[in-house]
Amino acid sequence: MALKGNLADFSTTQILNLINLARKSGTLHVYEPVVVAGEFVDAGTGREEDRRPKVVPGQERVQIAFKDGQLVLAATGNTDGHLANVLHKAGKLNADQARVIRERGAKYSDKALALMLINANYVTQIDVVRSIQQHTLDIVYDVMTWNEEPFAFEENVLPPPEKITVPIDLKNVIIEGTRRAQEVKPLEDELPNLDMALKFPDAPGDKFRGIHLGVEEWRVVSFINPKNSIRQIAKACNMTDTEIRRVVYGLLQAGLVELVKPPGMQAPAQKTPTRASRRQAKAPAIEKSVVQRLIAKIKEA
Amino acid sequence: MPMQTVKMVITGPFSAGKTEFIRSISEIDVVTTDEKIAAGSAEFETKEQTTVAMDFGRITVDDDLVLYLFGTPGQRRFDFMWEILAEGMLGFVVMVDSAKPETFREAKSILETFRAYAPTPYVVAANKQDHPEAWAPEDLRIALRIEENVKLLPCIATEKESVKNVLLELLYSILEEMDT
Ligand SMILES: Nc1nc2c(ncn2[C@@H]2O[C@H](COP(=O)(O)OP(=O)(O)OP(=O)(O)O)[C@@H](O)[C@H]2O)c(=O)[nH]1
Ligand SMILES: [Mg+2]
Repeated sequence: MALKGNLADFSTTQILNLINLARKSGTLHVYEPVVVAGEFVDAGTGREEDRRPKVVPGQERVQIAFKDGQLVLAATGNTDGHLANVLHKAGKLNADQARVIRERGAKYSDKALALMLINANYVTQIDVVRSIQQHTLDIVYDVMTWNEEPFAFEENVLPPPEKITVPIDLKNVIIEGTRRAQEVKPLEDELPNLDMALKFPDAPGDKFRGIHLGVEEWRVVSFINPKNSIRQIAKACNMTDTEIRRVVYGLLQAGLVELVKPPGMQAPAQKTPTRASRRQAKAPAIEKSVVQRLIAKIKEA
Repeated sequence: MPMQTVKMVITGPFSAGKTEFIRSISEIDVVTTDEKIAAGSAEFETKEQTTVAMDFGRITVDDDLVLYLFGTPGQRRFDFMWEILAEGMLGFVVMVDSAKPETFREAKSILETFRAYAPTPYVVAANKQDHPEAWAPEDLRIALRIEENVKLLPCIATEKESVKNVLLELLYSILEEMDT
């Protein structure tokens, strides 16, 4: 089974959500987009305006590893993810130290190198863990702003054991990444209707454990009730449509809240109310025996 | 005895496999209104035939009971037909091309549209599971945000047994609905 596509159709946030919910282990590869001249993909509408040029994977831009639904490591194709560089970027080593360690430590694995650096009192273990975590997050937050790259998820492929991995809860990443995302359009696509209300999922206690929400998120969370529409929550929190969309989208993708219809609301207005929908209560009245006969017939077909 | 006819609708995005699905189970040659896609036109690179008004398949149970399968045209420019086809349906199947994530959004939108037409039971068929790039049904469920209580079934529309399974699961759901 493959899990391949393009971030234009299935965003990084959605991928992270999928990996989180399905508790997946594996490596996500994201590639440079290469346009194939004269070939197109269809968005399933058969409409000319929904077609776009076909894009195939070029050079790999980034690799992100996950274990049991948690983020564990990320590396980019064009910068050196050597431990010395990561520690330098985090301000734990100066440029000279990093260079020397890179040169002399070339034959050591990250884990062995980290041990030597800690033993030599260059850095602490906490420095190493925090620096790698920050490096991983910087890459992932960056990928969360991309929107045209091909991706492929390789199930059960993990970094080699000599790499240092730091597990990070994806729910926090999703919320923070959405907070940083500047694009408004995808938010409108994903959350078109602000008249919907929100509710907590089953066992919310489990889901909220270990989650770091900001002040804005907590304010929104405090108003969650199937009777309050998102629009009403925005008003109560004094947020614009875009602001509330961003917060709610993050919470939704992290699986911390669910959309529900508030009482008295019609079916989501996909289209203007139509003849059939006004008649919708009238489902065909048929007997159970009819369905049973259909079942018997199809079984033998 | 008067004849009773029952109708189910097979819907889904352009090229999801609706016509193929009906063709695999219908006892008559599917009355399709497919037209050849003009060479050089927008859709031609993907496939050569598309359904323009509807597909029409039939399964006769006996003299007094017939099941009709209506396939919707996938192209949005024919979506005025959807509602007409949905009228009086006993249930519907939403076909998704599991190997084309670029169509998932459209699949979800069609699902919501049909759900708004009538409160009948439905199932989602994760079609083209034989394709090497097909997404697994459980991944599709999360991707399309299909609730746990809705059946999401693996499907290969070219295989009759697979099509039978999808229709049977829909019929079981219809039965269950009657019990509640
Ligand atoms: N490999 C594979 N191909 C399939 C399957 N189902 C359909 N196809 C192929 O996919 C293409 C589209 O199938 P159709 O049945 O024409 O799709 P449709 O949904 O009726 O398309 P429109 O009427 O244009 O919306 C055809 O080439 C089919 O042979 C499947 O399960 N596996
Ligand atoms: Mg067709």
